[in-house]
Amino acid sequence: MGNSALSVSLWLKRILLWVPPLSFLAILFFFPLSKILALTFDFQTLTADNLQLAFRVLRFTLYQAVLSTLLTLLLGLPSAYLFARFDFRGKSFLRALTAVPFMLPTVVVASSFNAIWGGRGLFSFFFPSFNLHPSAFTLILLAHVFYNATIVIRVVGNALSSLDPKLEAAARSLGADSFRVWWNVILPLLRPSLLASSLLVFLFDFTSFGVILLLGGSQFSTLEVEIYLRVLKLPNLSLAALLSVIQLLCTLLFSLLYTRLVTRNPQQLNPRPVLLSPKTFKQRVFVSLFCLLLSTFFLAPLSALPFRSLFRLEADRGQRGEVQYGFTTDYYTELFVNRRGSVFYVPPIQATANSLTYAGATVILSLLLGFPAAFALARPTRLEKVLDPLIMLPLGSSAVMLGLGFIITYGQWLTSPLLVPFAHTLVALPFVIRVLQPAIASIPERLRQAAAALGASPFEVWKTIDLPILRRATLSAATFAFTISLGEFGATLLISRPEYPTIPVAIERFLSQPGGLNYGQAMAMATILMSLTLVGILLIEKFRLPKSGEF
Amino acid sequence: MLEVHRIFKTYEGKPLLEDISFKVDTGETVCLLGASGSGKSTLLRIIAGLEESDAGFVSFNGMDLTSTPPHLRDFGLVFQDYALFPHLNVNENVAFGLKMRRLPQTEIARRVASSLELVNLTGFGTRKVTDLSGGEQQRVALARALAIQPRLLMFDEPLGALDRTLREGLLNELRTILHHTQIPAIYVTHDQEEAFTLADRILILHDGAILREGTPAGVWSNPGSAYVAKFLGLGNVFEGVVSDERKVETRYGDFTVQCTHKHSKGEKVHLLARPLPAESEANVLQGVVSDIIFQQERFKVTLDTGLYVYIDDAPKVGESILARVKVECLG
Repeated sequence: MGNSALSVSLWLKRILLWVPPLSFLAILFFFPLSKILALTFDFQTLTADNLQLAFRVLRFTLYQAVLSTLLTLLLGLPSAYLFARFDFRGKSFLRALTAVPFMLPTVVVASSFNAIWGGRGLFSFFFPSFNLHPSAFTLILLAHVFYNATIVIRVVGNALSSLDPKLEAAARSLGADSFRVWWNVILPLLRPSLLASSLLVFLFDFTSFGVILLLGGSQFSTLEVEIYLRVLKLPNLSLAALLSVIQLLCTLLFSLLYTRLVTRNPQQLNPRPVLLSPKTFKQRVFVSLFCLLLSTFFLAPLSALPFRSLFRLEADRGQRGEVQYGFTTDYYTELFVNRRGSVFYVPPIQATANSLTYAGATVILSLLLGFPAAFALARPTRLEKVLDPLIMLPLGSSAVMLGLGFIITYGQWLTSPLLVPFAHTLVALPFVIRVLQPAIASIPERLRQAAAALGASPFEVWKTIDLPILRRATLSAATFAFTISLGEFGATLLISRPEYPTIPVAIERFLSQPGGLNYGQAMAMATILMSLTLVGILLIEKFRLPKSGEF
Repeated sequence: MLEVHRIFKTYEGKPLLEDISFKVDTGETVCLLGASGSGKSTLLRIIAGLEESDAGFVSFNGMDLTSTPPHLRDFGLVFQDYALFPHLNVNENVAFGLKMRRLPQTEIARRVASSLELVNLTGFGTRKVTDLSGGEQQRVALARALAIQPRLLMFDEPLGALDRTLREGLLNELRTILHHTQIPAIYVTHDQEEAFTLADRILILHDGAILREGTPAGVWSNPGSAYVAKFLGLGNVFEGVVSDERKVETRYGDFTVQCTHKHSKGEKVHLLARPLPAESEANVLQGVVSDIIFQQERFKVTLDTGLYVYIDDAPKVGESILARVKVECLG
């Protein structure tokens, strides 16, 4: 569009679109980030002691992340093969089941693992003679596998099913046995997807917080846990800042590697995957064994959680004499009681109300900020190419770091419950934009022009064309923001006021207290959160545009 | 009456439209005919107000439209890819412009029904537009544009996405509808058949300029330039040198032409040798038959010289023939 007058008005429109989201990010992300950086690059911070501690923490973080990633590959690769090559009954259910944990809040994952494998969990109660107490570290690793396996299954599985089966046939006809077919043909072709999925899993394990804190406690100090400790338990804000800068640099480096890997190796498309029902004995054994393994591994924790929230297996604190073991709804009814000397100053159920309120505010805020940004990004100019990574940056920084930034910068307002939805919006905004942007871009400009030619003013065009077509995407984005807010743990733990706990924060506090009642209430809360999130996931699936698009 | 005054437009620094002016009278259908990249769609978008020109302006009944936004111009627009609203059904699509005009419900219903009837889609009202065939979708787009009773209808290659039979059918319907409604229309196409079927007047656009303007018959009998003759496929176009008054020497032989231009000796000119047999002519194309294509009532015979003629009775390949044809000077 060469006309200069037109360009000026276009630029003005663009800039107006960018003002709300950018000023939000500037105030709540970049300014706090600058504070953290200033605190970090200070002679009093960069001491030998601090650096030594940071190095030790970084080493352990990398160690647990590598170990978790390897274990995830160990389970994920055969599963990917199972889903990509075989057709069997219950396949779509099993596949969906493996994807659920990834979308669950980390506190729910941690609580589920606690409910089955933990010291007060179902396994040790029903089979006390086994004396099989997985160590906290094992539990952490397994929980990482639990929610990340789906990444390997999806990414590698897609690559595997898009491989041309003729390649395999050709290799065989040239004299390669099964092993050589895999080693010389299939694995090299899968390498980009293997690397990409491993890196992504690694990134999630590297930044894992809720699972490590809830299953391991403060003894396992990864970067995230250590930042949390240095903010709340052993206050040393400058050390926390140093750690979070290291964390940010690492995640940026890994994300950069990942992006390069993905853009360099775009997924090739082969529209007809070849699926077999298992025929040979070996295939049948493999399929049955893995179906059993997967359904146990994924179903057990997910069902143990609601089960454990309804069964009393140990004495409540201070309970003496006859303890009624067995079915109980006490853990739920107790949530409505404001006990003196309990962990809260309010009935615990208030946490649910808080969470829902925060989530509602997050939805409104992130839609208000996300829509203009998504509109601008849907038709990118040079400006958008620069702004796009900027607006996605909060994704790369850990939630705990966001909390730290808030505390350093806006500490005097920490008494206000308003900060929490702001923090949640920071986390949710990139997702909201990523959902809205392609939907907006998919509306052909022709439709708007046709509407204009038929007499619709720009506002009427937006009202009658954009909005109705975007209804699904808007609902989907809203649900995303809602579930993200419900499950957000790291930032909320740092900035929420004791009298305004959210569900995840309440779970953490219950779990850190002794006694069967507290434990049971943690399970009840986690069950509530799991149910709410599952409803959210179902809604998102429902709003998803059909792949074979209507338009 | 629509008037386009001296429109200029550049795109990415290159001139796209250079000094375009023309008029469309009441009840008239004007076809903008040109190859892709000739700027014809851009010109249409400028008239619709969807794009701004660098210079020049568009007026309707003497009123300058430069500051009138597209939604207030009251021009109907029909796109090649239909641009039907996927979230609305057929009725709602056709009613869209009427709702924007805040017409009463009964009037909307009446006009939707009569528009659908006009395009032979009565009974399709509640169907989803995504379930319709390409031809049906284009009829809905047409009905939608007709329903607002625009003061000008514009078509941007509306039949380009349809197959040949459908295209011919719709073209005839469109001709009837335009004639019946008397709405002035601008029809953009690269297909000369469509242009010659519909147009009261044809404008041939090339490199951002109007190369030839006239009635279909006028353009056909007098293309006026080598480009237009080639673009319309009127016959063999080749170069020659003026050797004498009315005599032109070419690599295919010497020809005698009637010419209104004043040419001096030695000047280079383009000639058009129409492939139709013309017994009274003195001009002859000569050559050995290299290819024969059956074309229903005649044969297209290609000679070893690369020229072609139409002949009623098929010769044999390898045979040497003489064909009398009409040769014109294109200047």
